[in-house]
Amino acid sequence: MAGDVAAAVEAANARAVERMLAADPVLVDVAVAGDAIAGLGDRTILHAGPPIEWSDMCGPLKGAIAGATVLEGWAADLDSASELAAAGGIAFHPNHHYDAVGPMTGIVTRSMPVMVVENRAFGNRAYCTLNEGLGKVMRFGGNDAEVLARLRWLADTFGPAFGAALREAGGIPLKPMIARGLSMGDEMHQRNVGCTGLLLRAIAPALARAVDDRRRLAGLFEFIGGNDQFFLNVAMAMGKAIMDPVRGIEGSSVVTAMSRNGTMFGIRVSGLGDRWFTAPVEMPRGLYFPGFSEEDANPDIGDSTIVETIGLGGFAMAAAPAVAGFVGAGTAADALDYTRAMEEVVVARNPEWTVPALDFAGVPTGIDIRKVVAGGRTPTINTGIAHREAGIGQVGAGVVRAPMACFTSALEAFAVEMGIA
Amino acid sequence: MEDRKDPIQNLLDGPVAVVNIGLAQFARTLEGQGVDVVQVDWSPPAGGDKRLIDLLDRLGA
Repeated sequence: MAGDVAAAVEAANARAVERMLAADPVLVDVAVAGDAIAGLGDRTILHAGPPIEWSDMCGPLKGAIAGATVLEGWAADLDSASELAAAGGIAFHPNHHYDAVGPMTGIVTRSMPVMVVENRAFGNRAYCTLNEGLGKVMRFGGNDAEVLARLRWLADTFGPAFGAALREAGGIPLKPMIARGLSMGDEMHQRNVGCTGLLLRAIAPALARAVDDRRRLAGLFEFIGGNDQFFLNVAMAMGKAIMDPVRGIEGSSVVTAMSRNGTMFGIRVSGLGDRWFTAPVEMPRGLYFPGFSEEDANPDIGDSTIVETIGLGGFAMAAAPAVAGFVGAGTAADALDYTRAMEEVVVARNPEWTVPALDFAGVPTGIDIRKVVAGGRTPTINTGIAHREAGIGQVGAGVVRAPMACFTSALEAFAVEMGIA
Repeated sequence: MEDRKDPIQNLLDGPVAVVNIGLAQFARTLEGQGVDVVQVDWSPPAGGDKRLIDLLDRLGA
């Protein structure tokens, strides 16, 4: 009996990883969120992480929601926006329930432009907002006039031009770009320098044909080229597009999503449908920008852990020794150890995404909740750190662990699902 | 026959190389005494939780 169950889980997990490896994610468009995302309507805000009520939200998430509410014209100012939200005047839902993901606070509202990644092997699409750049931005809880003006420029100028260029180019295949990025020192979470450059190189001709005004075109190039993390949001939409077809495989213990809302960390498991298994988020350990310390930091937040779910980010730290230094995780040798450690919690390695410093071993792929619980080692995540108060922005970067309680509660539910508990 | 010692005795006749499994403090103490040590990062399955270990056994982990 136990042997039969174990064999069934192994077979189901093999199918899960087959789907991950068979994925063909292509960046195809930039669309208006309200048009592209079914059900995203008036007075509805999508956020990072598992479901959460206004009263339980952290400072940056509340701040970003207030800003988005003003941006959409649902309130005249930030104070009345917060009052509206607190009074139940706005519906909140996780991005993950709407085929979407978003970094840090992860706010998506109907007028925002979203990048569209199509998984051509399975026909599904996933969405993520455009990366706003560094500093005071909505994903870190920023919400003043400067933040909102940038978001309007993204919606009115950048998004339509970038979308037209992508359509004209017939889309940009992402798997080969990730493979090259890994060989250029990116891990696609805290370092996207290589892939941002590759994307700019790939889209530049089509962008130039899409925009007649040379000064405007230069502004678009400057925006992409001036933001090393521009590609992060592409990688996230890609991660969501890869993992969604892995959901709902009977008997599979592979994790299909990891996500945080600043208060709770949640995971989903393929064989357990769309249930969330949650535990309080942990505080990242890392390095802080001058003038800030851990006392200023907000606990872990964002949907960006979707990149670790597909074997990048902390799982691919060995490809990105510069990140180990940036996030305070140690030396280049330590970076190798981070990836080796994650090999113990996964089903397979990805033969198409390899790490030169590990003799071209593939990145660890397909997190198995059984192996996480058995080994006592939870996934390592590279992350930005937001200020705990609304409106200030990023204060550092670091490494954080997924809480073990998510995995033990998922394992117990999985045992019930498999009829052995 | 007389010069055949207990294998344990032989082991301790020369320099000792140690593989330490689990608590790293033991390895660090030996390192401090100049002993050649390899540390193996290990902890009991599921942190020693018997109920989880039983579930894991039945799930094939």
